[in-house]
Amino acid sequence: MRKKLVEFRNVSFRYGDEGPWVLKNCSFEIYENEWVAIIGHNGSGKSTIAKLLNGLLFPQEGEIIIDGKQVNEASIWSIRKEVGMVFQNPDNQFVGATVQDDVAFGMENRGVPRDEMKKRITETLSAVRMQDYRLIEPHRLSGGQKQRVAIASVLAISPKVLILDEATAMLDPSGRKEIMDTVGSIQHLNGLSLITITHDLQEVVQADRVIVMNSGEIWKEALPREIFREKDALRKIGLDVPFVAILADELKQAGVNLQAAPLNHEELLEDLWTLHSKT
Amino acid sequence: MDITFKNVTYIYQQNTPFAHKAIEDLSFHVESGSILAVIGHTGSGKSTLIQHLNGLSVPTEGEVSIGEYRLSKDHKLKDMKELRSRVGVVFQYPEHQLFEETVAKDIAFGPQNFDVPESEINRRIKEIIPAVGLPESILERSPFDLSGGQMRRVAIAGVLAVKPDVLVLDEPTAGLDPRGQKEIMDMFYKLHKEQGLTTVLVTHSMEDALKYADRILILNKGTKFMEGTPEEVFEQKEALQSVQLDVPESVQFLSKFEKRFGHAIPFQKQSVEEIAQTIQQIIKGAESR
Amino acid sequence: MNNALIIGQYVPGDSLVHRLDPRTKITIIFFFVFIVFLANNVASYGILTVFALASMFTSKVPIRFIIKGLTPVWFLIIFTFILHLFVTREGTVIAEFWIFKIYSGGLIQGIAISFRFFLLILVTSLLTLTTTPIEITDAIEDMLHPLKRFKFPVHELALMMSISLRFIPTLLQETDKISRAQASRGVDFKTGPVKERIKAIVPLLVPLFVSAFKRAEELAMAMEARGYQGGEGRTKLRELKIERRDIFIFILFAFVIAGLFMARTYS
Repeated sequence: MRKKLVEFRNVSFRYGDEGPWVLKNCSFEIYENEWVAIIGHNGSGKSTIAKLLNGLLFPQEGEIIIDGKQVNEASIWSIRKEVGMVFQNPDNQFVGATVQDDVAFGMENRGVPRDEMKKRITETLSAVRMQDYRLIEPHRLSGGQKQRVAIASVLAISPKVLILDEATAMLDPSGRKEIMDTVGSIQHLNGLSLITITHDLQEVVQADRVIVMNSGEIWKEALPREIFREKDALRKIGLDVPFVAILADELKQAGVNLQAAPLNHEELLEDLWTLHSKT
Repeated sequence: MDITFKNVTYIYQQNTPFAHKAIEDLSFHVESGSILAVIGHTGSGKSTLIQHLNGLSVPTEGEVSIGEYRLSKDHKLKDMKELRSRVGVVFQYPEHQLFEETVAKDIAFGPQNFDVPESEINRRIKEIIPAVGLPESILERSPFDLSGGQMRRVAIAGVLAVKPDVLVLDEPTAGLDPRGQKEIMDMFYKLHKEQGLTTVLVTHSMEDALKYADRILILNKGTKFMEGTPEEVFEQKEALQSVQLDVPESVQFLSKFEKRFGHAIPFQKQSVEEIAQTIQQIIKGAESR
Repeated sequence: MNNALIIGQYVPGDSLVHRLDPRTKITIIFFFVFIVFLANNVASYGILTVFALASMFTSKVPIRFIIKGLTPVWFLIIFTFILHLFVTREGTVIAEFWIFKIYSGGLIQGIAISFRFFLLILVTSLLTLTTTPIEITDAIEDMLHPLKRFKFPVHELALMMSISLRFIPTLLQETDKISRAQASRGVDFKTGPVKERIKAIVPLLVPLFVSAFKRAEELAMAMEARGYQGGEGRTKLRELKIERRDIFIFILFAFVIAGLFMARTYS
């Protein structure tokens, strides 16, 4: 049986006692070695989930369990060891004077000995392919490079869960690609479970499972492929529909008898090829 | 207003050890009333190009002309303000420029600087608020109490209130969710058409360039890499990929289709529906054979 | 553009002076400031000059950087010279015009005092030219360590300094961006009456403060998420270490001091 790493049990949250509910009665589970994408429009509550996950916020109702431990005031420091987070703005999470100082920051906080730190800096910077930038100051790095350093910093404390909270939202397409490639390559490192929070449907394709948020509620939980089928519904909740899904839909309307909902160009072409060669 | 760059070179911090060329020998023309999309990586010279459009930078070599205004090393404008009142620039994350106590005051800030009379400013605000998709009740609120999307609209309203003839947009949709992105782009497109603006759109989105631009200018390392209509530019997939730029997804798909089926579908800015029909015919063609 | 944002005046290098422990450099400068005032004759000045020039040449910092560093203080040096020249009334009159009389003592005093000044500035600027701001921060943190016993927040102070240093380029870029945006909205930062120009600062300062607060808030959250709970139980990646070269320099400096006292007494 797979090990359950994250569990939300009927979680509701709002800022203050009077404010509107930002999250309403959300329940879901995330397992070891799994990649879950949380998607939703701005203000759908998706980033609140991230902050609840490592005790930057606490829910008014329900409970959150991480690797068997409930998240509360008493447990946050050990929870934060297991849940690492990369935020949206590359500049506002870079603490160190240089790349290696930034990677060291989390380890310093946890009293990791110096020799061990050096070893892990080398390891994690290689994992995100930033090993040649060890002594570079942040203002000489691109946004994508800073975010890769942020990922390395989190990996250095070997968490069980890695959350990317809209980590690509402020990057240009090449920066975005850098991060998605990096994430793809570290995913199977030590059974990490990965939570990517985004509003870009292109970024959910590689995930194992997708949770779609809408106005504080879980709107749907499914495989990326299944989500892609819901063209009109996705538009209604402010999300974009990928080109492949639109084209597949148009093809069906034009009378092409496609078998499955394709996830990418290759799958669609394969499907078309089968139809083509059958005749 | 027509915009022309003639052999423009711009050197940052000239005569210092840190001097470097941000733009080199750049020439292009934007016809009055059209939309030019400028595409390039960070550091390709896009921001420098923008700064030349309203005199924040003056060419080191060559000449920029915007309507009747001409900017060159030897020909500096006496009144930069006048040019700036005709060229509105929406910078990246424009919400960062908000500072007034109320939304109304912030929108009025630009026009006041350009000596627009108070009554006219009030009239413009009434007109612009619905155009940028904000409720009038927002006017007396502090801009810092608004959501990110609303703040952006307020900042945009502040630029539009000057009633520029040229609109320069530097990645106006950065950081917005898909719905917000579409709403903002559609809003600019509508304004562009209604008011006969000349628009320069700096973007990373090939899809937006394809959808909205009349012409596309591709910058690479400070020089012009390519220029033409979207059809002309996106046809050159290999050249674009050589500078790590993608083509729109529809174009990507058509080229993959050609590889697989050996049957070319030329890209003519057709809709997804039209593409689907063409594909259907090709497949049916195979059936009837 | 980024090049304009280099903080301080650090000139990267690999010289002996660069590689010295920052604490060594700070300590030596501290003592140098005192002994400069002990020099009272040509021989003693000679010893100090040799030391200062030797440090300068060993550092391999190009002379033009040093001269650039001195520009703001030339005025002070010359002013000191002139002041002493006219005010001191010792020795014989060597020149006289209008109501001024210049005495030989004044000339010597003027030269001596402004030369002291010059030496001081030269040596202190060598510190910033060969030491990164973060190294200086580390050294200060370490040297203030004993104050911890008196509840002085040494760790917090050092962290504040290093974060400020880290954010200087970011905030400079931001200032640049916002002033461009406001200039595009018709603000004139460069011309006009002073009152107008002061008013023009508001649209620049308010957004800067708003963004700095937002950054601070996000940074605090990111630091907390990364397990920051104050200085207690923290280890450090950066480590200052006194090496053989530091000891060598201290010994050398001891000779300089000894030489200086000998020159004072025996000439």
